[in-house]
Amino acid sequence: MPELARVVITGVGLTAPNGNSLAEFRASLLAGRSGVQPYEIRHVGPTLAGVCHFDALRHQSKKEVRRGTRAGSIAVYCANEAVADAGLELARYDPQRVGVYPGITEHGNVETENEIAEVARYQFDLSYWSHHHNPRTVANNPAGEVTLNLGLKGPAYCLGGACAAGNLGLIHGAQLLRLGEIDLALCGGVSESIRTFGIFASFAAEGALARHAEPSKASRPFDRQRNGIVVAEGGCLYALERLEDAQRRGARIYAELLGHCVNSDGTDFVLPDAAGQNACIRGALASARLEPAAIDLVSTHATSTPSGDAIEARVVREVFGDGPRTFINNTKSFIGHAMGAAGALELAGNLPSLADGVVHPTINLDELDPACAMRNLVANEPRNVGRVDTILNMSFGMLGINSAVVVGRPRL
Amino acid sequence: MTEEEVTLAVKDIIQTVAPDEDVSNLDPEKRLREQIDLDSMDFLDIVMELRKLYGVQVPEEDYKELATLAGCVRYLHPKLAAKSLHCAASA
Repeated sequence: MPELARVVITGVGLTAPNGNSLAEFRASLLAGRSGVQPYEIRHVGPTLAGVCHFDALRHQSKKEVRRGTRAGSIAVYCANEAVADAGLELARYDPQRVGVYPGITEHGNVETENEIAEVARYQFDLSYWSHHHNPRTVANNPAGEVTLNLGLKGPAYCLGGACAAGNLGLIHGAQLLRLGEIDLALCGGVSESIRTFGIFASFAAEGALARHAEPSKASRPFDRQRNGIVVAEGGCLYALERLEDAQRRGARIYAELLGHCVNSDGTDFVLPDAAGQNACIRGALASARLEPAAIDLVSTHATSTPSGDAIEARVVREVFGDGPRTFINNTKSFIGHAMGAAGALELAGNLPSLADGVVHPTINLDELDPACAMRNLVANEPRNVGRVDTILNMSFGMLGINSAVVVGRPRL
Repeated sequence: MTEEEVTLAVKDIIQTVAPDEDVSNLDPEKRLREQIDLDSMDFLDIVMELRKLYGVQVPEEDYKELATLAGCVRYLHPKLAAKSLHCAASA
């Protein structure tokens, strides 16, 4: 097998419920600041959600916002911020060789529900159904809106991977860079899922929607009192390029992509499977040519559901149980579950650890569920562990899709 | 609605559909698409807003009547005479 080109992250553009840049997001994660708030959506009534508060008009005209989708706005914001953060001059690139790959959990539910609500006001007379429905709901919409906004002409489409999607964009971008098909990827994950009542109603129907009197305490992975998911919106797109290109332009490098794995449980529509998750993590380690003990930080997927968290904790113990230097944390405790954006955001919030050696905690861990006990779980307060060279980021989704990415401090 | 009110109603709909544009100084006799950034999807939006706000159905063969502001007013005034003005975008 030929030696593959090394791929690095040189820019991060994000919006999370508790921050609209990596600096803000990281500061919130170190300060224990939640982004979960009271929220209301049609048919569901009062509930909780992680809501983003970025300024869409920073990078879009009012007409672009009106015509496009929330997922598109999130993607456009993140793409522009990633380009700026990476110090990229897009005009220097062949626009046909810039790829855009957001991971998505789903897309189109928001616009379909909105349109049905609108025609319901007119007794389902379909002459009131919007001509914008199709361009808004096609599966490439968020990626396509980025190309329209930035004038890009390269391959741009979304990767549908349920809640494992946040890693898929990054993995796909790296693969196409290694194949030499593109010179720059804007890739990661986006989600507008809090704008669809169906997501809330479906989680509620399966007894998996979080409830808590204090919104900031509702998302509580690994805690004995956890009772379900807080749905969140958000996005994170990375500027990804080959190491040699990044070095040639003197770019700041956040991390190198060392390995990855995507696999399937092949067992159930919704229930996670420990064997599948275990195989995914071990596959990512093998592709990075690292032993479990060489991972300094594991960013868990845990969504605050009773069964899912316990299964994942078991897998972490199985794979990393003997590693005295492997620390564990969780980001959903702060922002809820950002669905297709979750994996990308969760990795982003941990990237600064490679530079500062500080691991942000999982919050709301008032009473650890013994079934979720893991060695070196960083609880409630950030921990300065001295040095972080490697991070493994995991995301799992419905229909049994698992994804894991290993990144590291670049060895130059 | 008077002719002045129909003008206001049309300008308000254009402002909703083209929120980045200044519609205060539109030349009534000049084609709208030569004065502001309006494409065919925006034009369908204008027709949709007329339907939603005033129950006016504009058949496709009449779209050409809506090319200018004055054309819109001439075409719509008889259809809107008995309706009252709703302004959303405060043009």
